[in-house]
Amino acid sequence: MRSCRDITALVSQGLDKKLSFSERLAIKVHVMMCSRCRNFQSQSQFIRKAAQGYSEQLRNRLDKKS
Amino acid sequence: MPNKPDQLSETLLAEHRPVLFRYALLQLRDNELADDAVQETLLAAWQSAANFAGKAGLRTWLIGILKHKIADHWRRSNREVVTTDFDQIDNQDGEADEEAFFMNNGHWNAGPTTWNDPEAALKQQEFWTIYETCQNNLPPKMAKVFMLRELVGLEAEEVCRETGLSEANYWVTMHRARLRLRECLEIRWFNQSKAKKEKRHA
Repeated sequence: MRSCRDITALVSQGLDKKLSFSERLAIKVHVMMCSRCRNFQSQSQFIRKAAQGYSEQLRNRLDKKS
Repeated sequence: MPNKPDQLSETLLAEHRPVLFRYALLQLRDNELADDAVQETLLAAWQSAANFAGKAGLRTWLIGILKHKIADHWRRSNREVVTTDFDQIDNQDGEADEEAFFMNNGHWNAGPTTWNDPEAALKQQEFWTIYETCQNNLPPKMAKVFMLRELVGLEAEEVCRETGLSEANYWVTMHRARLRLRECLEIRWFNQSKAKKEKRHA
């Protein structure tokens, strides 16, 4: 059984590369039972979205300045 | 019109424009300057297309040119480089902080709570201030890696090439960056707004 530390590490890797079938399965089974890791999963996806939004924000803010 | 190798077309170059722009913007902090640097880069790439060795590393090659253009800019403006230089990597920061997130057996120490309507946060100006604070609170090296991946949009292996990080270190760094950002946003934003709401209802 993988720990929350290992599962979140895998979730994080899954955002940056394609995981193997067994890795994806391990995540799926784990987050079904673990709300904290489930939260980590959705929140790191949210953070990605926020980071992209921040890029836009920065651009708009600098536009206004000039 | 001189003959160019067919592997390097204008369209192919233009595809990389958004990534190059975001890279330049993070360093120059000015839309116009960033745009100029990207223009110059694409022009230089087009003119020296013959020097380009292979399709696979096109973006790496373009970023290499862009870095020179950015350095030129600093030299011209005679200014100290104050913004993030992605080349200078300080090693070994934040080595042990993963321990704080998990207990010895790998279980969460406290750990993520459920966030109420995160999408709504993206529409609030105050959220972006908090986001920026949290991002700035990352150790410098971690922030660079994170920004190259999530803000600029480079692939993991490109980030490794840019920062000289090994693949294993990259995974560890991104894992920590996400854990830290998540926790910071939770404390400074999501739990705050929850507390405010509870006060209102009390």
